[in-house]
Amino acid sequence: MATSEQVHVHPAPTGFIRKYVFSLDHKVIGLQYYFLALFSVFLGMGLSLLMRIHLVWPEAHLPIFGDIKPETYLALLTMHGTFMVFFVLTTAPQGGFGNYMLPIQIGAPDMAFPVLNMLSFWTTFLALVVMVAAFFVTGGAPLHGWTGYAPLSALQSSGPGEGLGADLWITSIALFCVASMMGALNFITTTLDLRARGMSLMRMPLTTWTWFVTAILGLLAFGVLLAAGILLLLDRNAGTSFFVPGGLVLSGQIINHKGGSPLLWQHLFWFFGHPEVYIAILPGMGVCSQLLSTFSRKPIFGYKAMVYAVLAIGVLGFLVWGHHMFMSGMSPYSAFAFSYMTMAIGVPSAIKTFNWLGTIWRGRVRFTTPMLYAIGFVSLFVTGGLSGPFLAQPALDIPLHDTYFVVAHFHLIMGVAAIFGIFAATYYWFPKMFGRMMNDGLGKIHFFLTFIGAYAIFMPMHYLGLAGHPRRYSQLTEVSYLHGLMPLQHFITIAAFITIGAQFLFLINLFWSMFKGPKAPINPWEATTLEWTVPSPPPHDNFGGKTPVVYHGPYEYSVPGAPQDFVMQNDPKQYGEGAAH
Amino acid sequence: MATLTPPIAIDEREPKLGERGAGRPPQEGGDGGHLALTDFRRRLRRYRIGLMAGLTPVLMLFVAFTSAYIVRQNLGTWDDATKAYALDWRALSLPALLWLNTALLLASSATLELGRRSLAAQFAAESRWLVQARASRSPWLALTLVLGAGFLLGQWLAWRGLQAQGVYIASNPSSSFFYLLTGTHAAHLLGGVLALAYAALTAWGRAPLARRLIVVDVTSWYWHFMALLWVYIFALLHVLR
Repeated sequence: MATSEQVHVHPAPTGFIRKYVFSLDHKVIGLQYYFLALFSVFLGMGLSLLMRIHLVWPEAHLPIFGDIKPETYLALLTMHGTFMVFFVLTTAPQGGFGNYMLPIQIGAPDMAFPVLNMLSFWTTFLALVVMVAAFFVTGGAPLHGWTGYAPLSALQSSGPGEGLGADLWITSIALFCVASMMGALNFITTTLDLRARGMSLMRMPLTTWTWFVTAILGLLAFGVLLAAGILLLLDRNAGTSFFVPGGLVLSGQIINHKGGSPLLWQHLFWFFGHPEVYIAILPGMGVCSQLLSTFSRKPIFGYKAMVYAVLAIGVLGFLVWGHHMFMSGMSPYSAFAFSYMTMAIGVPSAIKTFNWLGTIWRGRVRFTTPMLYAIGFVSLFVTGGLSGPFLAQPALDIPLHDTYFVVAHFHLIMGVAAIFGIFAATYYWFPKMFGRMMNDGLGKIHFFLTFIGAYAIFMPMHYLGLAGHPRRYSQLTEVSYLHGLMPLQHFITIAAFITIGAQFLFLINLFWSMFKGPKAPINPWEATTLEWTVPSPPPHDNFGGKTPVVYHGPYEYSVPGAPQDFVMQNDPKQYGEGAAH
Repeated sequence: MATLTPPIAIDEREPKLGERGAGRPPQEGGDGGHLALTDFRRRLRRYRIGLMAGLTPVLMLFVAFTSAYIVRQNLGTWDDATKAYALDWRALSLPALLWLNTALLLASSATLELGRRSLAAQFAAESRWLVQARASRSPWLALTLVLGAGFLLGQWLAWRGLQAQGVYIASNPSSSFFYLLTGTHAAHLLGGVLALAYAALTAWGRAPLARRLIVVDVTSWYWHFMALLWVYIFALLHVLR
């Protein structure tokens, strides 16, 4: 008899340790990833606030922290970027929501390899511990930025944080690579092998598609970053010269390395680094698609086009890494090729954007908090994305590259848009994950403060950049040509204070609702995908030993002839002629 | 008793990836791994997919190393004295022992394949007749372990030999890459040796044959990949001296 026991080999655990700490349940592991990311995002946000304070009040003496020296500022910059890119934007959308929802959305009782899933989380946790430890060793955290540019990152003596701190940083990143590969392997196998009967690839929710493609990107990209990290560790500790050129003089001493190439590091790093941008944003795109369709009560506009656009973005993402290196003196012919490939990404991105607009066009839109965040995602994606084609052109990138213009661009599109995807997913799936509803009023206040705040912080940075304000410097208050820009810097810092303050509303809402929120029904949003067919929160084996069978596509809303305005994916009935599958 | 159950028609066909054409529901799509009868085949397939996915980053690791190898080899440093770009790469004379190691590794790949097949035949006999088949006495897995360990020992001796000549990891970019490529490969092969040792342990314990077969099957694919990878690395070290 068909049961799920053969697949779901581990029984429901009883003890605290097996249930919440070393759990094999993809749902618990998903929550562990989520809370790891939540810790990291507040840490990263705190570091950014310290930087903002220092930029406008460089003399300020901060409680506990003391004075911020130039090297402290660089350490803050490095660790802010590292926490946010790796431990938040890579971790929450994929490890968190992907882990929790992907198996349920395809009708599986768990991930394909539960033990590997657990190992993957705990390796990520170890990576986080090692990364945080870099603050507390002699010399402190490294200074080389989240991109770890050599030779600064390749020499022990190049700065206060470049001793043990930098070794810990590289070790942490290497551990993170291994953990991400284990996770990605699991996602791919699960999607290919554990789909429920009837769940063909073209019936998968777009969220599942984006987690799947993100996993493929992860497998291809993290191996290269790991290779670069190994080479860097050897340069630092074994005396090799992969990245360190000859004839460098550091503190009056000639360095013993010779013949290496800092550009080699940049190529390897950005071969990972650009796909990493899509690893961060693709799951957000999936969530956005899912929510716009659900809350507009309309099928997603152009489902297949959306799938192909995600695949196209994935492929093109591997062909554009050179656009981060226009400043490096690369051949203009290479720059030309990278420039065109980069602008080509505008095509699938535009397909997605217009399909999102087509989805909400003339829909019966329900402005719930998750829907507001999905709309906010589209807004930020467009705003942040439009500066992309500017920076994709070497002639424009060269004057803008080391200015705040680039800070504005990547924060809007990779940072804030992806974070809006995480918020949308949190407000949307919270009832499923915790069995309770979040407070909608508080959620809306949080949305408007964050939305306006994000624009208030990052829009002015475009002007700073166009006016020639360089990035990465700790203190430019004494530079006369930047005096006129100081009021804008003050404005940004105050906006950052308010926006960060608003995040505590989210934190209160999250934890209060977890225990005190009204009980959530099985399907509070009247959505169609399989996670809304199981109790909130779902039982240990998701479908209670039963096997779901899928008869419909994921976005069948307002189907003519159906008794309600939505048709669940596992509803065996066919309705009218409009019922596509 | 299970042995008294009449034989059931089992679909022996290997499920293939993408074998999910457009049909009417609910035939299309996956089956969520819920079919008990083909449970073993499904598990085997799942582990094989997992392995193939898992080999992708290993491949990318060596692709990145290769790319760095080619770039670094041809990287000139501007020499003010001669007013020309000078290459600091000096060709490394590879230890002759590597040929023997290559032969050992290729032989181990062959013995492992024989071992996998004999185990699969034993499993097929058991599932066909639903009786306990005579336990396999094939020496292939043990021989593979010996050959694999021999390869690792040979690599270690090759490193020691180079060090005796004063060639260390930092001596020259060519030696850096030699130690890097051979060392990373050896670390990966060590994983395969440990997996085989685990399979041997499960044979002593009374683990179901199906589980042992899956471990051996997946390890053998991994092992073949490592053998191919070694041939590639060896060729790279020879061709681009």
